[in-house]
Amino acid sequence: MAAASDNDFVRTESPETGVVILVPTADIDMSRSPILRSAIKSELKPGLDRMIIDLGEVQYMDSSGLATLVEAMRIAKSHAVPLHLVSMTTKVRAIFEIARLDAFFSIKDSRQEALDC
Amino acid sequence: MTPMSRSKPIKIELVSDPMYLCGARELVSSIAHRVGFGDMECSKIALALDEAMCNIIRHGYNKATDRPIWLTIYPQQPDETTYGGIEIIIEDEAKQVDPSTICGRDLADIKPGGLGVHIMREVMDQVVFEKRNGTGMRLKMSKSAPRPDEAPRIGQRSSGSNPAQARIS
Repeated sequence: MAAASDNDFVRTESPETGVVILVPTADIDMSRSPILRSAIKSELKPGLDRMIIDLGEVQYMDSSGLATLVEAMRIAKSHAVPLHLVSMTTKVRAIFEIARLDAFFSIKDSRQEALDC
Repeated sequence: MTPMSRSKPIKIELVSDPMYLCGARELVSSIAHRVGFGDMECSKIALALDEAMCNIIRHGYNKATDRPIWLTIYPQQPDETTYGGIEIIIEDEAKQVDPSTICGRDLADIKPGGLGVHIMREVMDQVVFEKRNGTGMRLKMSKSAPRPDEAPRIGQRSSGSNPAQARIS
């Protein structure tokens, strides 16, 4: 897919107090996973009500992306912050299934579903 | 490793910089499309290639970004049992390891990393690691496009469609 530059690869949104939504805007591979990891670590703090990672703009992810999200989930659990992955494309969902990680994460169809749960 | 007849390959040399992984993925995905794989399978084949190259960069070259990686892709001709396929050979000058020691981690042990080999084996039909003569490793991966029993044979399709796209999900 058309890739954003690495500088604006992750967009951060806060639709309401205590909620952070991270939006990777291009493929997540070994070259970009560190950027996503850095964004997650800077935003995922104790006291946050929830974090949502919106993968709707991601057409491709490799195992470095999976590893980044596994690490994020572990940090979220240690901080007692609910972490949801939303709006996965079919291809990205398939990668989670290949890695047998689809049951490890909280995967929702939409942001609203993640906000409501 | 493959009984299918090969077309002439495309061979390219890359450097071990992760920023070029996207180009390698696009290349193999385009050829897989041309061979007849559907969108999802093309994406998975690109993923297998990506994982192989990441492993070379990460483990073979310790993340050095200026080392060579040679990529060779053979489109495979249809035969009696398939609509064709693809063979990918990836070679490097990294440290040699015993191929029998290359395996994925236990998937039940959920932790970051260690998924690349599992993904390659899950996606591709054959994955073979071997030592090159002298230095470096060689990885051969192949995948066939299966012929569904009910699919029409070549020459029996209606005109104007792309039968390969319709056959293979």
